[in-house]
Amino acid sequence: MNALRRNVLKSAAGASAVAVAVAAGLLKPTQAMAAWNKSAFEAKNVGDALKGIGVTSPADSKDITIKAPDIAENGAVVPVEVSSGLAGVTSIAILAEKNAQPLVGTFGLSGGAEGFISTRIKMGQTSLVRAVVNAGGKTYTAAKEVKVTIGGCGG
Amino acid sequence: MAEPMRIRATMAGDVADVKVLMNHPMETGTRKDAKTGQLVPAHFIQEVTATINGVAVLDAEIGGAVSKNPFLGFKVKGAKAGAKVVVSWVDNKGDKNSAEATIG
Repeated sequence: MNALRRNVLKSAAGASAVAVAVAAGLLKPTQAMAAWNKSAFEAKNVGDALKGIGVTSPADSKDITIKAPDIAENGAVVPVEVSSGLAGVTSIAILAEKNAQPLVGTFGLSGGAEGFISTRIKMGQTSLVRAVVNAGGKTYTAAKEVKVTIGGCGG
Repeated sequence: MAEPMRIRATMAGDVADVKVLMNHPMETGTRKDAKTGQLVPAHFIQEVTATINGVAVLDAEIGGAVSKNPFLGFKVKGAKAGAKVVVSWVDNKGDKNSAEATIG
């Protein structure tokens, strides 16, 4: 009886130690997520999203090329390619202006990475796809309209 | 558990062309389940980082507006064939995954 009781106590103590470990482990991803720019990604309009990533009045630039289809049949998968001939590109942000949450992503580039990002995005409706490029301490932007025939955000 | 991801890295001149395909549902949290009418909880990759031979080249933050099974392509100047590319991501639930490839 005593031995059993001891084992039960031991396993209870073991279980709580595990729980503590899990809690400690869970703290890490939460902290990592704190770095994720929540306010910018949850912004409901382009202005707030740009403010969230620290961009104010970017200059229009012809040196940014956005390669995306003129008409996207499937809004859930719209290939977008942003490239820039600007020197010293440090980051590229992509926004789908009429999405409920316009900010798609920000891409920090370093270590020889060129001003180029290619990805696939979701678009709720026909809208401008905007690229915001940070180069040499300045901010530039360009946009391209993509017509969406079937939305890709929700049912 | 996290599914494997695929990386393809090739040299074009002195520029490495890296293409990454991650396996992830990328749920925005605003989509409704067609059968139950309930919102599908958000589950998407938030951070993607890439290094070449230990040097950071890409540090991306993405939202639910990136398509399911995200594709990401980037180019790195001055990389050498044989260098090791490591790509890792973290999603909003704290899941993470990492993969590596050699530039060919």
